[in-house]
Amino acid sequence: MAITHEMAAGMGGIRTAGDLVARMQMTKGMKIKEAKEYVAAKVGVSTFDLCDEAVMKEVREQLDIGHVQARVGASIGMEAKFNIARVLDMKIKAVENFKRKTGM
Amino acid sequence: MSDIFTRYGDGSPTRMSKEDIRFDLEEGTQDAADRGKIPALTEAELDRLFEICTMPEKAVTVERGDEVIVSFDAGTLKLPVRAGVPMDRSAAILTHERAFCSDTMELGHVDYSYKQLKAIIHEECQAMEHIQLNTIIPVFYGAMPNLGLYTKPDGPIENWSELLPLAKIDEAKAAQEEAMEHAVKDIVYVASRMYESGADGINFDTVGASGDADVLATLKAAEILKEKYPDIAIEFGMAGEFVLGMHGELYYDGTRLAGLYPHQQVKMAEKAGAAIFGAVINTNSSMSFAWNIARAVTFVKACTEAASIPVHVNVGMGVGAIPVTNTPPVDAVSRADKALVEIGKADGL
Repeated sequence: MAITHEMAAGMGGIRTAGDLVARMQMTKGMKIKEAKEYVAAKVGVSTFDLCDEAVMKEVREQLDIGHVQARVGASIGMEAKFNIARVLDMKIKAVENFKRKTGM
Repeated sequence: MSDIFTRYGDGSPTRMSKEDIRFDLEEGTQDAADRGKIPALTEAELDRLFEICTMPEKAVTVERGDEVIVSFDAGTLKLPVRAGVPMDRSAAILTHERAFCSDTMELGHVDYSYKQLKAIIHEECQAMEHIQLNTIIPVFYGAMPNLGLYTKPDGPIENWSELLPLAKIDEAKAAQEEAMEHAVKDIVYVASRMYESGADGINFDTVGASGDADVLATLKAAEILKEKYPDIAIEFGMAGEFVLGMHGELYYDGTRLAGLYPHQQVKMAEKAGAAIFGAVINTNSSMSFAWNIARAVTFVKACTEAASIPVHVNVGMGVGAIPVTNTPPVDAVSRADKALVEIGKADGL
């Protein structure tokens, strides 16, 4: 079911920009059009390209915000979330917790 | 001659003539319009829905550019529990992130109700903290309000489902009101702890499963959480297409909850502070896919037009025109998704 939904209508998660657009829906209550426009402006692509795997692979690697196949030295997990919070100009609760616990 | 392959709402395959499919589309949208007192689909929308239903491909997709967000209820119950894959919950979430490429995921416990989670909250917080270190996608924590669990013998309160057949109406109402107080406390406690542990969002799943008191308890809990944590993301996923009036005289912000349909429910969720609304439209297993999808799209279109927050339509087994079977066929699922997004204007699934 999850795969069928993703294939039929999903944005593609970290293959593309699905996680980023989801964060704007969740934190700002943005509808899909507004959320895509916000993310597209922040990462510097068109809303059309947000779901393009080839375009977003380059963008995600350049911004170091995590990708499906993590390269050596590339950010993963919490590291990627630090970068996502900065790129999208938003707060991520787990990132804030990490900063507090490590005295950052 | 029946020439179009399609299905019934229970998933069983059949063939129907184009005329019969068109007839069912018109009947389905009219049923939703009559029940919800909302506009039926236009001729142009029915034409498009007919095209989607009769496409010869096994699987169909939304047009490029129309992709939407996918969120989950019962997230980590699917691979490790229902499918029996021997993996822990964090592995399930990473599988969704890196293999399925889900946009979001949900951590949940097998005893999937807020009341039950109080006793194991420390372990759930620990799991969320570990998962947050490793994941990139947003991770919700989810569970059900499940007001029924507060009744004897599982809880301290008389069972209103036993009181009502005895015509003890006042006692049944009082029992539900008392259960609400317990539920609000439990939901706020568990959701607060999980949010403090780094959850990206809190999912209230199957809101209203025990009727209007279940809905009111969740709305009140959402209000408290939003005031306590202004940045908290709350997803409000419903249990059914209209609110059951088990109590019948419960109001939220001046609106009676019993009998509300998705386009009215979403306004309540918005007022309470929800960021995402999960609309539910029940699938009728003895009607055709065409009838069910026309009905679902009609309700969803009215809901998304009324909503100022994103609407993620529930598309699990038995809702959102998805057939009532544990293995929903790809042809029906993909057609439902395409229609709900392109005609219903859903923001997510």
